Amino acid sequence: MTDATALTPATRARSLPKVKGRAVVMTLYLLFLMLPIYWLLNMSLKTNTEILGSFSLWPQNLTFENYVTILTDEAWYMGYVNSMIYVVMNTVISLAVALPAAYAFSRYNFLGDKHLFFWLLTNRMAPPAVFALPFFQLYSSIGLFDTHIAVALAHCLFNVPLAVWILEGFMRGVPKEIDETAYIDGYGFGRFFVKIFMPLIASGIGVAAFFCFMFSWVELLLSRTLTSVDAKPIAATMTRTVGAAGVDWGVLAAAGVLTIVPGALVIYFVRNYIAKGFALGRV
Amino acid sequence: MQQKTTNHKAWFLVLPVLVLVAFSAVIPLMTVVNYSVQDTFGNNQFFWAGLEWFQEMLSDERMWNALQRQLMFSGIILAIEIPLGIFVALNMPKSGFWSSFCLVVMSLPLLIPWNVVGTIWQIFGRVDIGLLGYTLDALGIDYNYTQDTISAWITIIVMDVWHWTSLVALLAFAGLKSIPDAYYQAARIDQANRWKVFRFIELPKMMGVLMIAILLRFMDSFMIYTEPFVVTGGGPGNATTLLSIDLVKMALGQFDLGPAAAFSLMYFLVILLISWVFYTVMVNLDKKGM
Repeated sequence: MTDATALTPATRARSLPKVKGRAVVMTLYLLFLMLPIYWLLNMSLKTNTEILGSFSLWPQNLTFENYVTILTDEAWYMGYVNSMIYVVMNTVISLAVALPAAYAFSRYNFLGDKHLFFWLLTNRMAPPAVFALPFFQLYSSIGLFDTHIAVALAHCLFNVPLAVWILEGFMRGVPKEIDETAYIDGYGFGRFFVKIFMPLIASGIGVAAFFCFMFSWVELLLSRTLTSVDAKPIAATMTRTVGAAGVDWGVLAAAGVLTIVPGALVIYFVRNYIAKGFALGRV
Repeated sequence: MQQKTTNHKAWFLVLPVLVLVAFSAVIPLMTVVNYSVQDTFGNNQFFWAGLEWFQEMLSDERMWNALQRQLMFSGIILAIEIPLGIFVALNMPKSGFWSSFCLVVMSLPLLIPWNVVGTIWQIFGRVDIGLLGYTLDALGIDYNYTQDTISAWITIIVMDVWHWTSLVALLAFAGLKSIPDAYYQAARIDQANRWKVFRFIELPKMMGVLMIAILLRFMDSFMIYTEPFVVTGGGPGNATTLLSIDLVKMALGQFDLGPAAAFSLMYFLVILLISWVFYTVMVNLDKKGM
């Protein structure tokens, strides 16, 4: 890290090519990341005959037909709507229950607090494959199979612990004196929490919401197992492209591109907290 | 770290979480336990089977093979992703526009739905229409991930490296940024070379976040399902059937509830053990005030 700011003449002379080396490394790495995504985008703008007929690095006959197919066919776009509904439900539920809990963990010692905190973590780490079948039976038996709320609740399994851990990480950074001053000033817990404390950790809430949204959005196994028609997520809808006449590559690619959009739209706002969010608020 | 006050009433604040997670974790887990000790002839008639399923699974080659493949997969991706992630982090611009640019682009693969990650690589690796497969084929390299075991393995490993190396890099980058400038100045006075700066300043200071990165990557790769399933479907043969893929096949495909449940519980115990290591690392980090 010293090379860019090196002060002594001797190191500066040597550091010049090194700075270039850095740029080369980063360019190569970013290229490696972008190539497969570019290829997906490239394919989504081609017709199937072009995809299968000839090999080209960019679309020869640019077409948006694949996107039109998705945005006009109800079976397709309802996949996105369904996913959005359960993802938003899940984010709201997760944050609503995680906020007070994270406050308790960050401020108080209470009976069994450490065990509880650890137990939450184990749920974040639990393999969805273990839960797929029991969830199916649980939600079928209470009549919630193929509803949005079933998927939203199932995703709470890993999103609630995630939200608690992230929020706790942000809350511990807020000095305790603020709480005490507010109580002395006559604020009750509820009013203090909403009026004073929540604005203080607004960025933490944003980050937690982003990660709940994201992990619910990217998950497929549970959402596919718990739905059949009415709440079918886009991820499961994508299997529709495999038909009797082979795979409809263009539409498949277009559907894939559209699933990347929501994440790509908001990533800029949380860029500095990505590491913190993935590390459960611990960086 | 701030001093906490003892207040048992705080239980009321965690109660909603407790109820919700108990509903979505404890009840299903109890169902699994229930199945693991019972046998059925259908018609919802169950009878006690004791530890039979556990014994059967433990002596079953199938699970051991899946475990072996799983450990191999996790080992390989850790061996690639951790050093590569550190290397990328060391080369990232520290501030300014390019830093933000790198952060955003690098985060992109992390936000793609997992089945789409699978789809992307399924397409990318195809010999007829994918850039990677086509290029390799044109170079005369024998590559076909649907039929050749080695190609299939390379594909899922490169896919995972593509998908998750950025996470390691972002964590390592966060660790690097927290190192005060004074450390580098001291190193300059001591005329430490680049390697020594890395070895004695950056690496020790990054150790905490790296532990998190290693554990997270191990856990998540240990329960990976969607991405390899979409690309290879566990094939060719059983060559890429990892633990989760095998479990889902058993539970939802063949409806072998007893063995699948016993399998699940043993799987879960391993996860529990690693979670505990993770937690201990976290608590120690918090104590050191990092």
